[in-house]
Amino acid sequence: MMQFSGKSVYKGIVLGPAAVLGKEEGPVRRSKIEDAQAEIGRVGAAGEQAKEQLQALYDKAVKEVGEASAAIFEVHQMMLEDDDYLDSIHNMIRTEMVNAEYAVAVTGDNFSEMFAAMDDDYMKARAADVKDISNRLIRILEGRGEADLTSMEPAVIVADDLSPSETVQMDKEKILAFVTVHGSTNSHTAILARMMNIPALIGVPLELDKIRTGMIAVVDGFEGTVTFEPDEALLKSAREKMEEEQEKLRLLDDLKGKENVTPGGRKINLYANIGSVSDVGYVLENDAGGIGLFRSEFLYLGRDSFPTEEEQFQAYRQVAQTMAGKKVIIRTLDIGADKQVDYFSLGQEENPAMGYRAIRICLKQPDIFKTQLRALFRATMYGNISIMYPMITSVEEVEKIFKIVKEVREELDAAEIPYHDPEQGIMIETPAAVMISDELAELVDFFSIGTNDLTQYTLAVDRQNEKLDDFYDPHHKAILRMIRMVVDNAHKHGKWAGICGELGADLELTEEFVRMGLDELSVAPSMILKIRKKVREMPLL
Amino acid sequence: MKNFSYTVKDEVGIHARPAGMLVKEAKKYSSKIVLSKDGKRAEAGKLMAVMSLGVKCGQTVEVEVTGEDEEAAYEALKEFFEKNL
Repeated sequence: MMQFSGKSVYKGIVLGPAAVLGKEEGPVRRSKIEDAQAEIGRVGAAGEQAKEQLQALYDKAVKEVGEASAAIFEVHQMMLEDDDYLDSIHNMIRTEMVNAEYAVAVTGDNFSEMFAAMDDDYMKARAADVKDISNRLIRILEGRGEADLTSMEPAVIVADDLSPSETVQMDKEKILAFVTVHGSTNSHTAILARMMNIPALIGVPLELDKIRTGMIAVVDGFEGTVTFEPDEALLKSAREKMEEEQEKLRLLDDLKGKENVTPGGRKINLYANIGSVSDVGYVLENDAGGIGLFRSEFLYLGRDSFPTEEEQFQAYRQVAQTMAGKKVIIRTLDIGADKQVDYFSLGQEENPAMGYRAIRICLKQPDIFKTQLRALFRATMYGNISIMYPMITSVEEVEKIFKIVKEVREELDAAEIPYHDPEQGIMIETPAAVMISDELAELVDFFSIGTNDLTQYTLAVDRQNEKLDDFYDPHHKAILRMIRMVVDNAHKHGKWAGICGELGADLELTEEFVRMGLDELSVAPSMILKIRKKVREMPLL
Repeated sequence: MKNFSYTVKDEVGIHARPAGMLVKEAKKYSSKIVLSKDGKRAEAGKLMAVMSLGVKCGQTVEVEVTGEDEEAAYEALKEFFEKNL
């Protein structure tokens, strides 16, 4: 039995086989060969097989995510045919009489180092592509088959850390829990776990090579522990806890269709945060009253060119239609800071959280912004869409936004494209916006407080820095006072105010939020019913 | 030998995908096609070499075509650059 502790991101408990990801089977072994020609033949055959695999991935990706995102698999196929790359492998085999696996590994390292050394961020990132194709060849040469994230058994995913592109490939139905060595509570994995209602532990100090795929694991998000090869006693208590949890979830299920109202009659809207079109399923399943934050970044991430107006329109329309008249608040592009995209060519920044990001990009590059606004306005015909602008610090920014919006509307009018007038609101996530929220409230229809960034800017704590997790205190009085100030200023002008940061889901604060008069909390779908329960059981209100 | 120079207009420069298309185009011809930028040279038929030139938007590449079908290759590549880059 091996037990480790980590930071729990979502409280839940599961039992299932582990699937260890992101780990190759140790270093490639170097061995002497007799027949160079035969070894070169093996490389050729493996290359053909790799290209077939990539073609299959390409076809699948075209169907599921579109041609632009699939193109990377086509590029991988061409890299496998690259003369310099193949010459280097063949040459090593011939002159050093080494095995194909070793020659591929060394060549892959050399080429990827060459890309990593370039002074261009985009090209630096290509180092990973060279590694990827080399690992694919080595896997085939060693007869290991593909590390297939799409067709595995339901499992506890154990990894060093997970990238968005890795989680995208996984079949969400088959993930029981996440256990990662790295990652912060705001990382992509953490957000995904909360979205999916599955336990997740991050910062778990385990040695990946001691864990084998298939080992039975118990992940206990309440205790923050993961146990591999548990003994009978632990298995028994895990099963009991799981049953208790099931019972609690059944009770929460009874709250579906009920109102978010306190015994004293105070109401609050509970909406869901989502990050892609497919998350809408979780929204409906958990009976959210609407979508309070639809992060539009997913449309821009994981691809190598800008999404077209049509692609964006289809995504917004689909969500609006599926939500059938319920409110859908879509936040415009919030790229930059921790979310980098190669083709934006944003460049390196000393301090990206305070840098060129979100609305700043949209105001400096209005073409990007206009494409998104046109798609959003067109989609208003299909449901109840509101638009929300991130990272506001001044009245002038809002005025500039509205000027661009006006241009977009005039263009649509000229082309006789119909649209409804959406509610337009802003994120309050900078201390500056809090301090002038009285003036901002005159301009916009609503406020949504982004507590993650507001906390980071107010407390001067970088939320990507794992070392600072102890200093990141979202319950800090300064934050709570700011929230109260924003709510009061909104109400003075007859506008509504909500929270769409992680703090909105903090059950310890639900009562205080209701007292402050917040009109809306937008939270991970999995938290909706829990907050509803809290609201309905609130004393004295 | 025929040559021309071209200033890249595509916002992201010669990144992976257009580099791939360029290699495909170049391989249709038997002529030797060499790209150069700031003294670095790469054969147009070699994907990683082309990518490693790291050509960005606004930078100029020289294209040299030498061989039996240089006339046709020259025309095709010129058109390719104008259309795609």
